[in-house]
Amino acid sequence: MSAILSVRDLEKTFGSIVAARDITLDIPPQQVVGVIGANGAGKTTFINMITGHLRPSKGSIRFEDRDITGKPSREITRLGISRSFQVAQIFPSLTVFENMCVAAAIARGASGMLARALTPLRARETLAEADAAIELFRIGAYRDARSATLPQGVRKLLDIAMAIVGAPRVLLLDEPTSGISIEEKFEVMAVVMSALRSRGMTVLFVEHDMEIVSRFAERVLAFYDGTVIADGAPAVALADARVQAFISGTRPEHAEAAAHA
Amino acid sequence: MAARQKLIGALAFLALAVVAPFAPAWLVSLATIAFANGLVVLGLVILWRAGLVPFGQALFYATGAYTIALLGRYTGMRDVFVMVAAGAAAAGLVAFVTGFLLARYRDIFFAMLSLAMSMILYGVLVKTETLGSTDGFHVATGTFLGYAPQGTAHDLALYWLVLAVCALAALAVATYFDSVAGVLAAPVRDNEIRVEFLGISVNRLIHLKLVIAGLLAGVGGALAALVVEHVDPNMAYWTTSGGFVFVTILAGAGSVAAAFVGSLAFELARSIAVAVFPGEWQIALGTALLLTILFLPEGLGSLVTRLRRPRVLDKVASPKTAPEKPGAA
Repeated sequence: MSAILSVRDLEKTFGSIVAARDITLDIPPQQVVGVIGANGAGKTTFINMITGHLRPSKGSIRFEDRDITGKPSREITRLGISRSFQVAQIFPSLTVFENMCVAAAIARGASGMLARALTPLRARETLAEADAAIELFRIGAYRDARSATLPQGVRKLLDIAMAIVGAPRVLLLDEPTSGISIEEKFEVMAVVMSALRSRGMTVLFVEHDMEIVSRFAERVLAFYDGTVIADGAPAVALADARVQAFISGTRPEHAEAAAHA
Repeated sequence: MAARQKLIGALAFLALAVVAPFAPAWLVSLATIAFANGLVVLGLVILWRAGLVPFGQALFYATGAYTIALLGRYTGMRDVFVMVAAGAAAAGLVAFVTGFLLARYRDIFFAMLSLAMSMILYGVLVKTETLGSTDGFHVATGTFLGYAPQGTAHDLALYWLVLAVCALAALAVATYFDSVAGVLAAPVRDNEIRVEFLGISVNRLIHLKLVIAGLLAGVGGALAALVVEHVDPNMAYWTTSGGFVFVTILAGAGSVAAAFVGSLAFELARSIAVAVFPGEWQIALGTALLLTILFLPEGLGSLVTRLRRPRVLDKVASPKTAPEKPGAA
């Protein structure tokens, strides 16, 4: 199977601090990948480099056999890689439906600025697409509510719904369940994953809840100290001694020493 | 904008055109300058919707005005259509160039940078003695495609020209507000990160808004110069820009028509205030603005739109599903 996303020797340094290093991996189409690791392990740096928010110091990123290393984020979005945010990035003064219309209109709009200025917003397809996404993420009850007033879980769903209207092939979710109560987490994740699967998307999601990771991911990338220390099926990757160590809070080097002892 | 609103707008402009010959001359002249300035306000409405308030829009106003004044002085060109188009083009070009810098700033930094730019033009005009320095100079009377009316006929022709330009501008801006780029004003104000990650450059969006607003200010300035038949550096001074911001707040950003209604209301209020309290008319105007901000925070335009919830995509959302009780995600 050829990869939809290929990363080679990716590295990001901020001065003398190495935020990510030696990341090399391939992600096949439609795979659902869970990205785990402690705070500061390099997960978000990794996501930010793929979406063009950060320019890698070294290495390359290929998407569908096209080099996207260091391209600006809006260009990468237009190519077909979209993202959601740890803190939902929505337009608070607009309603849920208006938020979706804006996202759908941009996704459908022409690429030149003047052409876009003349693209009418209320094209039938735009409105239909907005409603389809609202339906898909089951937030119809909030359709005409101002999004500033939404509960946390609905905000996250809206954020992800906005990210998928352009029909991206790859979607990166940065902590889709953060800020959501434990009772709601699984429900929200189930809605998100069934929606994304129905659209055949390749998904990378950053997550701290290992139950969610083992339930929804087909593959796990475990980050530690800026690089991937375990990569494989959840059962295998989560069982790795070093991964177990950071989940439980000890330093993986010690775990390694203990494992070898 | 719905077809019905376009029809109402067209009828309003038509009515304004028809009543003019029967109105007193002072009122026609006041309305002419008010509608010319309304074009500048319309540009400010575009920027204000995106959260930007320029305190230097007079830069483009004066550019438009001086362009046609210079054409009249140094060339034989007298045709108002060509002169106004030239004024618009010059202001649009200045807006395009300064836009590369202005589009990168927001909030107070944007406001101050635009103010600084307009004050540079003011400084240059004041120091240029061939252009009359602080006194400015006379603007040649325009002709209309060979028709050269005098006196009242000229004033009426100019009024109709301004009205026609305003109608076209209103239609164009209403169409823009309905487009993807136009509707992205509140989103830009709300959340630039999300707009970028939806695949659109916020800076380029703002640059486009700046050019449109600059063009409108240029046309407004050119028309104002034709009406007053004089230009001076005060057209570039920051109090002129401040006056436009004043009218924008008075009018509100709710609709295209509000820009013209607000501008007319402002000119009328100022004339009345000057007549009634010659020494203290600023106090009267200041009080009017204060009351507007207190009781009509969305401007005079909200008197009409008040009954509806002000929303950015007002016609988009059909009240199909009333929000149910929150809790079921």
